[in-house]
Amino acid sequence: MTKQHSQPEADEKVGVYVCHCGSNIAKTIAVQDVAEWAAGQPHVTVARDYKFMCSSLGQELVEQDIKDQGLTRVVVAACSPHMHEKTFQGACERSGLNRFMFEMANIRELDSWTTNDREAATQKAKSMVSGAVERVVHHKPLEMLPVHINPKTLIVGGGIAGITAALDIANAGHHVYLVEREPSIGGHMAQVDKTFPTLDCSACILTPRMVQVGQHPNITLLSYSEVEQVDGYVGSFTVRVRKKARYINEELCTGCGDCVEKCPSRVVDQVFEAGLGYRKSVYKPFPQAVPKYPVIDPDSCTFFQRGKCKACELVCPTGAIDFAQKDELLTLEVGSIILSTGYDLFDARRIPQYGYGRLANVFTSLEFERMVNAAGPTEGQIVLRDGVTQPKKVGIIHCVGSRDKNHNEYCSRVCCMYSLKFAHLVRERIPDAEIYNFYIDIRASGKRYEEFYHRVLEEGTHFVRGRVAEVTDAARMPGEEGSLIIQVEDTLIGKQRRIPVDMVLLSAGVEARSDSQEFAQKFGLGCDFSGFFIERHPKLDPVLTMSDGIFVSGACQGPMAIPETVAQAGSAASQVISLISQGTLMMEPIRARINPDQCSGCRICNNLCPYNAITFLDDQKISQVITAMCQGCGACVSACPSAAITGAHFTADQVMSQIEGLLWDMRETIPLEAV
Amino acid sequence: MKYSYYPGCSLERQAGAYHQSALAVAAPLGIELVELEDWNCCGAIEYIAVELLPAYALISRNLALAAQQNGKGGNQLVAPCSACYLNLSKADKYMDDSPELAAKVNTALAAGGLNYTPGSIRTRHLLDVIVNDIGFDKVKEHVSSALTGLRVAPYYGCVAVRPGFHDHFDDHEYPTSMDKLMQVMGAQVVDFPLKAHCCGGHMTQISQSVALELIRRLLKNAHDYAADVIVTICPMCQLNLDAYQESVNRHFGTDYQIPILYFTQLMGLAFGLAPEELGIGKEFIDARPALAKVGQVGEAAAGRTKRDKKALPMPRMAGEV
Repeated sequence: MTKQHSQPEADEKVGVYVCHCGSNIAKTIAVQDVAEWAAGQPHVTVARDYKFMCSSLGQELVEQDIKDQGLTRVVVAACSPHMHEKTFQGACERSGLNRFMFEMANIRELDSWTTNDREAATQKAKSMVSGAVERVVHHKPLEMLPVHINPKTLIVGGGIAGITAALDIANAGHHVYLVEREPSIGGHMAQVDKTFPTLDCSACILTPRMVQVGQHPNITLLSYSEVEQVDGYVGSFTVRVRKKARYINEELCTGCGDCVEKCPSRVVDQVFEAGLGYRKSVYKPFPQAVPKYPVIDPDSCTFFQRGKCKACELVCPTGAIDFAQKDELLTLEVGSIILSTGYDLFDARRIPQYGYGRLANVFTSLEFERMVNAAGPTEGQIVLRDGVTQPKKVGIIHCVGSRDKNHNEYCSRVCCMYSLKFAHLVRERIPDAEIYNFYIDIRASGKRYEEFYHRVLEEGTHFVRGRVAEVTDAARMPGEEGSLIIQVEDTLIGKQRRIPVDMVLLSAGVEARSDSQEFAQKFGLGCDFSGFFIERHPKLDPVLTMSDGIFVSGACQGPMAIPETVAQAGSAASQVISLISQGTLMMEPIRARINPDQCSGCRICNNLCPYNAITFLDDQKISQVITAMCQGCGACVSACPSAAITGAHFTADQVMSQIEGLLWDMRETIPLEAV
Repeated sequence: MKYSYYPGCSLERQAGAYHQSALAVAAPLGIELVELEDWNCCGAIEYIAVELLPAYALISRNLALAAQQNGKGGNQLVAPCSACYLNLSKADKYMDDSPELAAKVNTALAAGGLNYTPGSIRTRHLLDVIVNDIGFDKVKEHVSSALTGLRVAPYYGCVAVRPGFHDHFDDHEYPTSMDKLMQVMGAQVVDFPLKAHCCGGHMTQISQSVALELIRRLLKNAHDYAADVIVTICPMCQLNLDAYQESVNRHFGTDYQIPILYFTQLMGLAFGLAPEELGIGKEFIDARPALAKVGQVGEAAAGRTKRDKKALPMPRMAGEV
């Protein structure tokens, strides 16, 4: 490629500021040396080093120089632009310089933090400063783009996270669409009997909130619905939602439940009852379901399967049964989106040596939650799979699928506490039971969690430290016959133990939803290796995502218990409310533009754009960028074979000059013509 | 499909029935087993326990031969014996991980004019080949006299499924591939919780009481589940359970009479081959009384009991509706 860059104005005056960042940079880079060297570079009028450029005094230094020395461009060599680009752009603006006449060289994350070699680090810092200077002289003043924020919000997932966020936003006076995949909102919390460590009844604290959601004038509840497609950008998303056919006319249904009672078809409820109980083919997951309308499950309904029955239609007093109902496609216009899609329980069948599904009296934690729930299949009786026998010995195995390299390496954070809760509930209902907890470590770091652990210890529950090798019904020694034997190395006494019990509870871990990857793709989000949605910053921006206007809350972001989930949901709601209050958002004008004279109409860029921001103008046979939807990623710019696309603030001039600047110390060895 | 075949020493001696039945069922399934020319012992566990380098050199000679004779059997080496399978894949994996070890082994191999590039031969267990390369559907087509009524306890032993250096062809702790294979043969597979536990291995020679206890557990477990026959994939397991069964009975005062057969022998029977073609009759515990049950539907079918109304539903397993 020959060098054809436009020459910058000869009288550009660049100020260079090298930050010490305390000792973060200065420890590894000779900052004074870099500043002195920079002062002698082309275009540079003034170069300084300073202890903390981001401090008020550091910013004032820049502002003063712009005024006194007439600087036209500014370079700050400091940390990542993610941290302080906006800080220094503000300083430029305050002194009357366009905010885009600024460039940041990241000599901390990309240099001083990566090495202990002072000489090499200093050399690299000079290169990065040189690149920034060469680039900044090509910068053009740009204006921010105002974006109007639609005050309506979409929340996906109606568990405790979605419910909390929906109520917070609705109470602030803004409209919310709450989309839930299942027939009722409530999520996993509705399945649980008691919550740790306070042991208050889960339904008692949850259902009032569910009722509020159902009745709130600012909330449109779309249950039994799923998001199919999302287009647009912060402030203006278009969302397509499929409202699955309930086969019940919601206008007419009173929720009386006659149809449920008369339905002759009964199947195992794999969702709400976790496979431990039954439901009818026309069903409400649980009595307090919101909304109150039942759903007909066509896969098991006698009419849908065999063409006759219609018992429900016969008994319905309002004629609300509608076998001909079809899925409905809705289009929603919203400004912000909160994802609160929750988690899946680790499938205990994946650890076959624990016998789940094979040995009748091995139960998962969710099955046990339903069992101890007074509204569950056994009405709260703790019994073996035969439905009548009370267990005398119960073994609770922790970390099933968690802290395990074969499955999930992370800690699921909730299992220790709910296992302790199980031990307590067994003790409460079967006072003379022998209860064993098999644990790796007890993780009880939460408000009043450790106290609860001690309470369970004092109740006489046994704690065996070690990962269980297997659960078997193969009796080896007298006294083992008819029991489930838990084989474990007790690591505190250093011995193998075989402990016969009647009932085994598997404390299965928390996993990302099995479809979280494709779901994330719909919203333009990323997932980590485990499938949880990636937040913008794990500490400072835990509910923001890399997509503006899309927030996450609850266990879809990582394993967490109810208190953290509710806190996150509140945080996401306040982010949304803050966005709505701003009314208009100023967006960086870093967008692509297609030069119509150069576009050949090849359409390569059309499918490449991850944001569907490029349309093809059929009449003119050229492509065009929809500025509002463009995110400035640059994919089209680099792909265009006729170089017809320019990315504002990332023009060929700017990028090529920066590269040349970076290679300043090679200039003498490589003739420019060869570049 | 063509494979190099490494029978190993046991299949030439006490496990001749395995050799015979493996070849007998491979043919109709289209598995062409080309025996490796001039193969040598894999060293079993003795060599590795004494000195590693000569052991790896000894094992790798077979891999080098397989690579050299590549044209004859493809780049896959099938070992029916679990110990051979383990040793061959272990040597390959360790050499792959350590270029230093590979160089030393190759220096030794060079004395015989051989050389081996780690990773170039894929060692497979015969069960893996039948289950995953041929597949249950294809195998099912050859079943002409199903093993209906025969209760089999599938015994994998501890070596074949773990640690799984290259191919994790089944779960390490609770394998199920042979269970499914035996179901395809029409047999009634009993749950056999000790299916991947140890048979005692060479402990019969070192500390017999330890070995007898381990064997007793397996026999007791199979007996508790009313298995007619234990089916194995390893000559060591077959030998221990079969040849030492009387010792167990004497030692513990029990009276187990459970025949131990190779999975290929039962496959052969289901394929309609004659017992003599499959080496049946060579076992110490006579298999004939158990095999006489084949075709007697009564007991197995009667096993279906009506579920108690009060009972809670069992978890749904994969493949169930």
